[in-house]
Amino acid sequence: MSTTRVVVTGLGATSPVGGDVATTWQALLDGRSGVAVLAHPWADQLAARIAAEVAVDPTEVLDRVKARRLDRSGQLALVAALEAWEDSGLAGAVDPERLAVSVASGIGGVQTLLTNDAALREKGPRRVSPLAIPMLMPNSPAANVGLAVGAKAGVHTPVSACASGNEAIALGLDLIRLGRADVVVCGGTEAAVHPLPMAAFAQMMALSKRNDDPEAASRPWDKARDGFVLGEGGASIVLESEEHARARGATIYAELAGAGITSDSHDIAQPDPAGLGATRAMKLALSSGDLAPGDIVHVNAHATSTPQGDVAEALAIRSALGESTEAIVTSTKSMTGHLLGAAGALESVATILALRDRVIPPTINLTDPEDVGLDLAATQRTLPAGDLAALNNSFGFGGHNVALAFRSV
Amino acid sequence: MSTEEIRADLADIVNEVAGVDAADVQLDKSFIEDLEVDSLSMVEVVVACEEKFGVSIPDDEVKNLRTVGDAVSFIERAQA
Repeated sequence: MSTTRVVVTGLGATSPVGGDVATTWQALLDGRSGVAVLAHPWADQLAARIAAEVAVDPTEVLDRVKARRLDRSGQLALVAALEAWEDSGLAGAVDPERLAVSVASGIGGVQTLLTNDAALREKGPRRVSPLAIPMLMPNSPAANVGLAVGAKAGVHTPVSACASGNEAIALGLDLIRLGRADVVVCGGTEAAVHPLPMAAFAQMMALSKRNDDPEAASRPWDKARDGFVLGEGGASIVLESEEHARARGATIYAELAGAGITSDSHDIAQPDPAGLGATRAMKLALSSGDLAPGDIVHVNAHATSTPQGDVAEALAIRSALGESTEAIVTSTKSMTGHLLGAAGALESVATILALRDRVIPPTINLTDPEDVGLDLAATQRTLPAGDLAALNNSFGFGGHNVALAFRSV
Repeated sequence: MSTEEIRADLADIVNEVAGVDAADVQLDKSFIEDLEVDSLSMVEVVVACEEKFGVSIPDDEVKNLRTVGDAVSFIERAQA
């Protein structure tokens, strides 16, 4: 592996707690929940009627004609990527043939698929949109981001359920380390707040049914947790070789020091109860980033508020970082819900800003924590000055584990 | 419907689908060259016209609808 250092030079997000990075970050630090009872009539018959919809509808931000040619997942990806792209200052400052895109989705254009299925059944094939395929294909968000920024070094869409966002960023790291690009616009997106995915997740017994108290529903590691809350949104980070970034005098948020990808080969939906695959992913992220377990001062955990997953991950963190780890662990999903294929990207933004601002967002609703042997951040916490490193974990149905290691600059 | 009524409704459809200023959608304008309506958007325009004007526009006919005037004339004949 080459020793090319890869840094973060742009951030973008549109989330349940804010329409951009600044608003989202402040809301996370303030411990504000983005979860609410769904106002859609279709939600009435569902077992779980709560979700974390985006704070700012993407159609309010994007050009109208552009928006109607994109699935909602593509709209959210584009909003986030354009913010990150502008933030990076790279327009006109990178050779398009050295510019790639890696934007993931867990489920893809499911709303477009189901809307057109309804049109087909009710009105016949003539009423199916000619844009349905380019809108619903899973690579559509990545391809549209590529069109927007003019990327000609390849456009990629890793799909690994709830690990997709992190895998997209891990792929971006590889593309730069392998010399295939100087800049990669990475990210994840998801827009699955629709009755079918919500009914399906509920049938898996995966969703919280705390319909009467939505802001308290996502409560990772709390003994009263009863499942995850579905969230939607998009997030983007611009990765750049350090050499390229330094040469143009770019503002650098953090270094993406390493990434670890493993698979459990245990079960299609359940995590390995011993968290062995997750442990290996974290260890690989450390070793590929030339980091020691003691360097990690913070973990933005996957912790989705499910009974089994949160505990298995805690076990894995202690296995990877050591029983005596002092890392402060948080789950921003307590506020944003679970953004599935966008989760890793949004939580990477939070991890990067935690290192920059030396402050860790709280895990809200953690009133009666499980004894998992970790320093869980029930309130906002601070980090010391100096060189620090942090991990961001994402795991997905299928047994996917992706850990990213960021280092302060 | 009068020619002008059909043209005005068609202009609204082209505006909705492709973002073209409705005032630019005049009878002598070509959909592709002048108004830059791409092929997928053209399909959307045709389907929206079928719904709006209660006519059927066969796929084979679409290639003959080069200008806004061609489309308006076709819709007038189909409605008659």
